[in-house]
Amino acid sequence: MTLGAGRQQRIATLLRERREGVLDHWVAAVLNTVRGRTTQAELRGQLAELYELVVQAMGEEDGTAAGELSAALQELSRTRARQGFSPSETAVSVFGLKDAVLHEIEAGGGTGVVVYREFASFSKDIDDLGLLTFETYARTREQVIADQAEQLLELSTPVVKLWEGIVGVPLVGTLDSARTQVVMESLLQTLVDTGSEHAVIDITGVPAVDTEVAQHLLKTVVAARLMGAECVISGIRPQIAQTIVALGIEFGDIVTKATLADALAYALERSGVRVGAG
Amino acid sequence: MTSPAEVPITSNDDVVRVRQVVRGLAAEVKMSLVDQTKVVTAASELARNTFVYGGGGTATVELVTNPATGRTGVKIVFTDEGPGIPDVDLALTEGWSSGSGLGLGLSGTRRLVDEFDLETEPGTGTRISVTKWTR
Repeated sequence: MTLGAGRQQRIATLLRERREGVLDHWVAAVLNTVRGRTTQAELRGQLAELYELVVQAMGEEDGTAAGELSAALQELSRTRARQGFSPSETAVSVFGLKDAVLHEIEAGGGTGVVVYREFASFSKDIDDLGLLTFETYARTREQVIADQAEQLLELSTPVVKLWEGIVGVPLVGTLDSARTQVVMESLLQTLVDTGSEHAVIDITGVPAVDTEVAQHLLKTVVAARLMGAECVISGIRPQIAQTIVALGIEFGDIVTKATLADALAYALERSGVRVGAG
Repeated sequence: MTSPAEVPITSNDDVVRVRQVVRGLAAEVKMSLVDQTKVVTAASELARNTFVYGGGGTATVELVTNPATGRTGVKIVFTDEGPGIPDVDLALTEGWSSGSGLGLGLSGTRRLVDEFDLETEPGTGTRISVTKWTR
């Protein structure tokens, strides 16, 4: 992409000669929308850098400065997206230059079709740059969302040690294939690391147990069993119990308990720990 | 919540959305917690079938009133344009699955709801309508 490429000589001259005036207006316009989240000096620094690149891009033939300009804009959009600026606030940083240039044209008494034709062409170039910031902004936000989803997946499946030889897996939310895989992996790994023989899978926080969720639970229990650990499923609430019965799901010889406390008591008893007064 | 609500089913995440819409409406008509859980589970089961076996489709969730009894309920219609079910009786058989599931989805779902209606045509798709009434 090259800017103008000789078609916007008047604008290019104006940008070179009235640098301070245009820049002042540009900074003022942008500062209006991002008030309070960046300082005037910082913003002026950023925009001055972009300004230089715009001027260079308009005067060059090979597109080196234009490439640098795209890179600088993308970097700016990425930073803005991560700082929580809105897409319009981000795009205004670019579009503000048009107003600033138009203001200078008018202030300089610039009339005549030629100047305005050049301005239209310049305006189109700036629009393209604006679209570039939009795209980068959207891409960055999607990246942020994807990162968070991944973090959430790991966050939401902790395996905790309840007692010597007993680990607990509190499940919260939807149990799909991806999460089951994470749960199963971290449970089996923890069983090895801690040498535990008992695991309590608590489903109090799972809103609905359908056949897929049940199948995932059964697979996890069987896998743990293969490693010599016994699983107890706890947190079966009355409505879940009735639904499981109506669906016809069989938990077979897997021990299930209503509450985590019951399950812990059962596991303690199985591992020979006696709990009680005296 | 607006009724009827149409939810497209094109990914596993949409199964969660169907469940949330159904739970919202079931709570709105003051269904008991057990019945809410049953209808939500049934919706979850059928939505997943629509996605996995039907190749995606839509779920239409609405509040209905039985003119005879005056009771309100939640009606959910799942439609897909998938391969259809060649043998309905077999598909409704306990423990039979064409995929790798437990084979309880359709037969179990029928027991979770009050009305269950299945229309299917091999090659053109499947339409399953279920209704759960308040007590």
